[in-house]
Amino acid sequence: MNVPSLLVNDISDSWYLMLGHGEGHKRSVSVTGMEPSSSSPPPAEWKPTVSQEEQWALERQVFHIYQLFCNIPPNSQAVMLELQRENHIDYLMKGLRHLGPSFSVLDANRPWICYWILHSIALLGESVDDALEHNAIDFISRCQDQHGGYGGGPGQMPHLATTYAAVNSLITLGGHRSLGSINRGKIYSFLRRMKHASGGFSMHDGGEVDVRACYTAISVACALNILDEELVQGVGDYILSCQTYEGGIAGEPGSEAHGGYTFCGLATMILVNEVNRLDLASLTDWLVFRQGVEGGFQGRTNKLVDGCYSFWQGGAAVLIQKLHAATGEGHSSMRSNESCTSSEISDDEESLEGTSSGMAETSRDVEEVAGQENSSIRFNLSQRHIAAEPLFQSHALQQYILLCSQVEGGFRDKPGKNRDHYHTCYCLSGLAAVQYSWSRDADSPPLPHSVLGPYSNLLEPINPLCNIVLEQYDEARQFFNNPM
Amino acid sequence: MKEKGENCEAQRIKAEPFQLLERERERERKRERSPDRRIIAVDGMDSDEDERIPLSQRPEWSDVTPVPQDDGPNPVVPISYSKEFAETMGYFRAVYLADERSIRALQLTSEAIHFNAGNYTVWQFRRLILEALNADLHDELEFVEHLASKNSKNYQLWHHRRWVAEKLGTEAAGRELEFTKKIFVNDAKNYHAWSHRQWVLQTLGGWEDELAYCDKLLEDDIFNNSAWNQRYFVITRHPGLGGIDATRDSEVSYAVKAILTKPENESPWRYLRGLYKNSMQSFVTDRRVSTVCLTVLTTKANCVFALSLLLDLLSNGFEPNQELKNTVEALLPESSNRDSDMAATVCSVLEIVDPMRVNYWRWRKRSLHSQVEEGVRNLHVH
Repeated sequence: MNVPSLLVNDISDSWYLMLGHGEGHKRSVSVTGMEPSSSSPPPAEWKPTVSQEEQWALERQVFHIYQLFCNIPPNSQAVMLELQRENHIDYLMKGLRHLGPSFSVLDANRPWICYWILHSIALLGESVDDALEHNAIDFISRCQDQHGGYGGGPGQMPHLATTYAAVNSLITLGGHRSLGSINRGKIYSFLRRMKHASGGFSMHDGGEVDVRACYTAISVACALNILDEELVQGVGDYILSCQTYEGGIAGEPGSEAHGGYTFCGLATMILVNEVNRLDLASLTDWLVFRQGVEGGFQGRTNKLVDGCYSFWQGGAAVLIQKLHAATGEGHSSMRSNESCTSSEISDDEESLEGTSSGMAETSRDVEEVAGQENSSIRFNLSQRHIAAEPLFQSHALQQYILLCSQVEGGFRDKPGKNRDHYHTCYCLSGLAAVQYSWSRDADSPPLPHSVLGPYSNLLEPINPLCNIVLEQYDEARQFFNNPM
Repeated sequence: MKEKGENCEAQRIKAEPFQLLERERERERKRERSPDRRIIAVDGMDSDEDERIPLSQRPEWSDVTPVPQDDGPNPVVPISYSKEFAETMGYFRAVYLADERSIRALQLTSEAIHFNAGNYTVWQFRRLILEALNADLHDELEFVEHLASKNSKNYQLWHHRRWVAEKLGTEAAGRELEFTKKIFVNDAKNYHAWSHRQWVLQTLGGWEDELAYCDKLLEDDIFNNSAWNQRYFVITRHPGLGGIDATRDSEVSYAVKAILTKPENESPWRYLRGLYKNSMQSFVTDRRVSTVCLTVLTTKANCVFALSLLLDLLSNGFEPNQELKNTVEALLPESSNRDSDMAATVCSVLEIVDPMRVNYWRWRKRSLHSQVEEGVRNLHVH
């Protein structure tokens, strides 16, 4: 029996935070252009390996696109670099209203599809109409388990990843009806039930334990203001055991450093205020080397670049950059376990309030109410000044996203692949993260040179830890500011 | 399926579960004979989808009323399921809600998994059924193997496989290692398969040939970073090798050889650096590290990995000899400003030869001073 598989093939080489997917056959990338690549050709006697052949084939395709771009007049170039907002919105709205039979393989991921679409729409500065909003809240509520947490569809077991997707979707929709539909108390007991002896979390009853589970559990707990000592206990140890000799973070202890897990692990460590336990120097080094000559990011050493890592790796790089800004220190201090304590950051926060903007005051208010010691670092990272430049090539990444991943409505992994909602979400999220990586503070918009293409390409800013549009994230923080 | 419409048989089957079990075994034998072993002929569903008998027409399901999905009046992201998909899931919901841990429920989970291998609820329920029936788990391994060719990147499948292998215990080690090997033939970097293989080694054993296997994969493709990662896993965790301190020496030689073969391959450079992860002292005193940097830079002046490793050495208190100093000095264009120390010079060279990471190298340069001091301090501590 053949599973209808247009979709699954398209997404097969990307990393999913979610539940896994259908077919995983590797497809070699067809070569459309024959421009010489930047790599040196192999000596005649040496037969290229599979890794090299795939890499060169992709480079030829990408540089063919860049070559075309260089050879057209400036006004055409401007058009090519433009974010095709209307086409993207059309594609996203269509998905919200109807999905074909091939989507059956994502039947246990429907809150994810909601999140990919709703978050993308929010990043583009748009919102859904009242009826769709109502229908979305109603549908997601039907995925909520009576004992807490959300499943992949109505009647399915609650799962941490779909709980993350459902909560992020509802926060993105915003408003009392949406936020009020989340049963915080029950989600808390679900999270406690998923807590594993290793310090990590299980994805579901009897499910796998890995770094994704830690991230989705902790992110949800933070967004809903239900993070406590019991949930945090041991998470740092677990993530730490997953940092590899390369510097990045793996899904489980011993596995290979990977972009998706690196974002999840790093964000988790920041959220539980234990980020300095990681070897941040080697993590940063590994991370910046994941940006390929194509401009996009690869997920692992010697793998192909993929648009979705624009967020997983690009977002992690932005988090690192913000950590530097928060500590005001360089590479060396990142080796030390003691260099960036929460008290230091809190001191910094005091001085920030002196120069004060509305945003700083808001963050202080919320923090006071939140009454959690570790909330300050989270706020610092989501809203504070960023003094440093990004540590990677921001324009090169934006160029890859706009010229290689963008299609007429939606985004894709790489040239030769088809678009899908997952890549649309994470290409846009990555784009938003890097567009703001140069801005001096959260109140002022990024400088024109930090946005590749017309300034109208600028997306809405996000909270990079939870990947929710900032305005909606703040609304949720206010809404949930009372302890349960 | 031949029993179409035989309602009396359905009654008998309901009453006598063992006969049903016998039928399942018969199907199993049929499956064994099937020329295309990858296609599973589960009940009513054969290699050709047209032959599938709807559940509503199968006598053994006549007592069950399917439960429709509660999508609400106007769901978002509605999927237009095929008729077969919707029906199968309707029956699945019925047995799941009734918590019916029976053989027919087991068969139904097979069908549901074939439609969508990502449905973790179905998989989880399947495990409960297997436990309740005390089923032969070797059959289960086969079930997973059939699925794996199309779902090799599916979290649920691998999690299930781990569950089965754990129940079978050490006897399963060999088959599990073979299973992952088969996956690597088509996809030598399959993340799930590597995680599974590591779990097998650690839980069930089978370490004996692992280093040789890593060798073989690296011979096939020296750029395969997953194989490098596995090699690191083996030399640090193999119970018989004595850990990193015992394996470092020979591994440094291995990595250096690989670097000299293909200096543009990042994997062995990271591997080499990783060998000294918790022993900075040997990192800066082992001359082989600086020598490989120097050798590569002599023939390939713009090798970012060599310069980067050299920078790490210098940042940790390594004292370069004159030859190395001269080589690095020569890499910087005449017109450039001279830096005060060699680490800064290396950063300046990297800013030129590695424009993609120019901001990173600038940042490394800015933070050099405290870093060298700290590096030296750490050395004194050791």
